[in-house]
Amino acid sequence: MAQLLAVEIIYRGVFQKTLAKNITRGIVLAAHNEGKLGISFGRYGDSPERNGIPGKSFAIVADDEQTLEAGMAQYEPKQVDLTVVLDDTLCKGVESWAWYGLRPVHYALKPKSTLIVVSLDNAAALLKNIHRREQPYKLGIVKGLASFSGMWIFKDDHTDMRVLGSIAKALPELFSFASVEKFINEKLKSPLKATSARTAFERFTTVDVKAGQGNPEEVVKFDLPGWHDMRSAVSIKGQGQGGPYADPVTKEVGGFRPARNEKFKKYSTRTLRPVINFATCTKCTLCWLDCPDASFDVTPEGTYDANLEVCCGCGVCEEVCPVKNCITMVNESEFHDNKSQWAEFRKDKEAYLKWLETTIQKGEPIEKRAHGFRYRGQYQEEIPEAMEIANKG
Amino acid sequence: MATLTKSLEEEKKITEQEALITGAEAIAIACKLANVDVVTAYPIRPYDTVMQYISQLVADGEMDCEFIVAEGEHSQFEIVKHASVCGARVFCGSSGVGWMYAMEALTVSPALRVPMVCMVGNRALDDPGAFGVEHNDALAVRDLGWMLTWVDSAQEALDTALIAYRVAEDRRILVPLALSCDGAFLTHSQALVKIPTAEQVKKFLPPYDRGNLLLHPDNVISVAPQCNEDWVMEIRRQNYAVTEITCDVIREVYKDFERTFGRKYGNPFFEEYMTEDAEVVLLGMGTLSTPVKVAIRKMREEGKKVGFVRLRWFRPFAGPELAKCLERFKAIGVIDRDFSFGSPNLSGVVATEVRSAMYTGSSTRPPVLGFIGGLGGREVTVPDVEKTTDIVFQAAQGKAQPLTQWIGLRE
Repeated sequence: MAQLLAVEIIYRGVFQKTLAKNITRGIVLAAHNEGKLGISFGRYGDSPERNGIPGKSFAIVADDEQTLEAGMAQYEPKQVDLTVVLDDTLCKGVESWAWYGLRPVHYALKPKSTLIVVSLDNAAALLKNIHRREQPYKLGIVKGLASFSGMWIFKDDHTDMRVLGSIAKALPELFSFASVEKFINEKLKSPLKATSARTAFERFTTVDVKAGQGNPEEVVKFDLPGWHDMRSAVSIKGQGQGGPYADPVTKEVGGFRPARNEKFKKYSTRTLRPVINFATCTKCTLCWLDCPDASFDVTPEGTYDANLEVCCGCGVCEEVCPVKNCITMVNESEFHDNKSQWAEFRKDKEAYLKWLETTIQKGEPIEKRAHGFRYRGQYQEEIPEAMEIANKG
Repeated sequence: MATLTKSLEEEKKITEQEALITGAEAIAIACKLANVDVVTAYPIRPYDTVMQYISQLVADGEMDCEFIVAEGEHSQFEIVKHASVCGARVFCGSSGVGWMYAMEALTVSPALRVPMVCMVGNRALDDPGAFGVEHNDALAVRDLGWMLTWVDSAQEALDTALIAYRVAEDRRILVPLALSCDGAFLTHSQALVKIPTAEQVKKFLPPYDRGNLLLHPDNVISVAPQCNEDWVMEIRRQNYAVTEITCDVIREVYKDFERTFGRKYGNPFFEEYMTEDAEVVLLGMGTLSTPVKVAIRKMREEGKKVGFVRLRWFRPFAGPELAKCLERFKAIGVIDRDFSFGSPNLSGVVATEVRSAMYTGSSTRPPVLGFIGGLGGREVTVPDVEKTTDIVFQAAQGKAQPLTQWIGLRE
């Protein structure tokens, strides 16, 4: 059979949906310049119109029609030759809207293939979050923020062009850079965009990731039951009531932790997480009351701990908290586990407060954006920085 | 003396009463006897007759239920859906386009295992706006997991309503049921009906129990979540599993009905009339039976060996059983009070289903002719039936006939 190549783009809905589509379309059209045939599609089981929900777009490219059809006969490619991640907080894994558990970001990547991440971080930092795997692969970084390019009013920052240029380098079997350039010049008619793509193509490098290298976390796995074992009437058993729990130091039991679904976690839905200063908390209850997902545990001390298996990072708690810097939303890429913050605080109060001050708050509000903006006008402010990053590479 | 008086009173209490009532009234009385908890209503003819009778029973203090007049059919069916999930025995219904307006609520009920019992007063679908009977309204849910039954007398309406609750609320079934009554011929005509006693009904119909599917603070569950391709097939398969056993449960319930009330319906799924020695038969649903039976008696006097099969249950469709019944005739004429535009052979719904059942369940291949008639409430006359039968006889004698013909139509 002739050559069949598949590329997946992992992105966050709704902000990056168009960007992902533009890249997969670009892949198909650039490859078509070499006489190849392809299709581009979004994963239907996703919910790409929802804020922050991880989604996937695919491009399948083949040498001839029958080979392409063999690729199209699947709901989505089971294995891909290249994976692109448009928001580096997704390095923690992908939870589809359809429930397959948490899947490592390179779940579908063929051995020795390339994983491209758009990020400001370096490979070592990303590998703290990217799960380890048995097969080696290559990791390449396209420097940049989680881009909103292509979405309605937001300005085009050429992320799609830079990704296409990088792909030409990472997977030359798919298409040469000349084909990308031809696509940009003929279809998009923008010499500036072609320059962005060329710069990225020239600068793109990868590092080898060895087998077993990366985040050792065991991902949540989930076996879907057969129809005999499922509850009938499209109903789900409730989670019971929950109850008090123990202080990790004194073992004193108190507070309240609601019972929660053991299987449904929200780890990778989150791009920001609330970081809590338990020393300044006045126990006013507002975060606990206003959290739309009931994600706060009442600690035995009477303070409130955001349970990171449940929190989806919306930031309402930070909004309603009346104490300055008591709850701070911080980019998820700063963290590599989902441990209870209160337990850490209880174990070593000083170390926790120091960590809070030096690592997280850095003496100023956290500016690093994930998929959302923290105030009106932030995007416009970021444009010069984004351009600088793009120019420097 | 005092003892004797008391026993006479008791005797009177446990004896069934006879009353001259319409089919709709009969169903209202069945609701009272079944001690229905929640009734929702929204007027549309001919269904509205039943809501009028129930509201009267409530106003007269004879029946105790939540009687809610909704702002439209969609809400009407949504309200009973929720009440049913919370453990209430419910009743509602509609007609024609009202039933169609409720369609979204109708589609979700089988998967949620809601044993709502509804009366569909069959009515032509708009346009043109018409009050008369056509079966396409109720038939619109035929593929969705609903049980569908047609009755042809007020007595059968009352009895089947009681049977309906028993079948629908069976823990193995728990799916909605539509009891179809032909507009006018049944909903608006009064006939003598034997009304069983509350004691008898109590014996026959146990309280509704959803078990662990009950939505209640003591049984915390979440109902109807959004899911994707990872769950949907299994959910559909669960509803198929219900349909696999529905015929058996219906048979069981009819036997118990006979034991309790002493009235016999024989085969629950279809009634056979003068079929023992028949060469050809007609087949249909609902009140069509009246002109057909009259015509058959007339034709029998003329020496024509014709019988009639009246289908009571359309869903479940007792395919193998019906095919075994029909394989012994030389030709079959199916009279559809419905249409199925663009269907194979451009026949009605019932003819298409009968052919399908015969293809797999019958050892013979008698011609199955489709006749479409009585649409929009038009009378199917005795001469119409005679003419139809003649065509079926022609087919039985090997003379090819069109697979679908319209009867009682102005050319």
